[in-house]
Amino acid sequence: MLTIAGRKFRSRLFGGTGKFSSPEVMKEALAASGCEMVTVALRRIDLNNPADDIMSVLDRDRYLFLPNTSGARDANEAMRLARLARASGGGEWLKLEVTPDPRTLLPDPIETLKATEMLVKEGFKVLPYMNADPILALRLQDVGAVAVMPLGSPIGTNQGVLTRFQIEIIISQAQVPVIVDAGLGAPSHVAEAMEMGADAVLVNTAIAVAGDPVRMARAFAMAVEAGRIAYESGLGAVSKDAAASSPEDGLGFLR
Amino acid sequence: MKVFCNGEAQDIAPGSRVIDCLNKLGLDPLSVVVECDGKILTREEYASHELQDGSVLELIRFVGGG
Repeated sequence: MLTIAGRKFRSRLFGGTGKFSSPEVMKEALAASGCEMVTVALRRIDLNNPADDIMSVLDRDRYLFLPNTSGARDANEAMRLARLARASGGGEWLKLEVTPDPRTLLPDPIETLKATEMLVKEGFKVLPYMNADPILALRLQDVGAVAVMPLGSPIGTNQGVLTRFQIEIIISQAQVPVIVDAGLGAPSHVAEAMEMGADAVLVNTAIAVAGDPVRMARAFAMAVEAGRIAYESGLGAVSKDAAASSPEDGLGFLR
Repeated sequence: MKVFCNGEAQDIAPGSRVIDCLNKLGLDPLSVVVECDGKILTREEYASHELQDGSVLELIRFVGGG
């Protein structure tokens, strides 16, 4: 079973709550995914249109909220969002996101490391969203990150695991759980990450924008489970040369 | 007196507390986190924290996100 910062998770699929067409669809899709941790964001209330509190549809006993710092462009903005999240009853868990460039939404490694160190000192359980950089993963682990979240590909792109080589190194070195986050657009992508030995994956966009988000959530859950079982079972070696799977002996009668 | 909520001026009675302001705006205090003049308030402080003329309030809540 997956353990992060002393908390156990039966499901290795973490969900997001953005981009769903309605709170009801979100609730049903998250239930179908079997996930136990969901990300949430913090935003100013639009006082001219104070829509319902969509988070009220989620059972806080069933889901651990993982507030993110999306929108933060530097460590200071991330710190402010983190403190607001804790004051909102979000607890100590935090997905740290520092993305200065709105075009790529790639995380700033220096500000992310700085913010992780400060937030850990303030008692947060920090899960930093990071580029798939093995050295940075070790640095984040050293300053107290409870897990690392390397990206498969940029947020919302559905491109899958483009960072395979780096993620393999991160997994081989990490002492904390590795959660592949961002860009996982199809069940095959999460199966690939899990077969590589990722401890978990986080999926939001691919489920939320699917034609049928509830069934897609189920497909992702199955792929995560399949990938994990495959990893634990030991995959066969990859080779360039063919190796017959039928016996090579006993063909004398043909020629 | 005037206070500024999420950048918009609001008229409220002198001596109002944060909770009075939330009620006037029709917001459930349990779903809102309040930053008043740069300081994050605890839920317990909503009933006691007195607003000043010109106070700047940020009213934040959880929304869907990834």
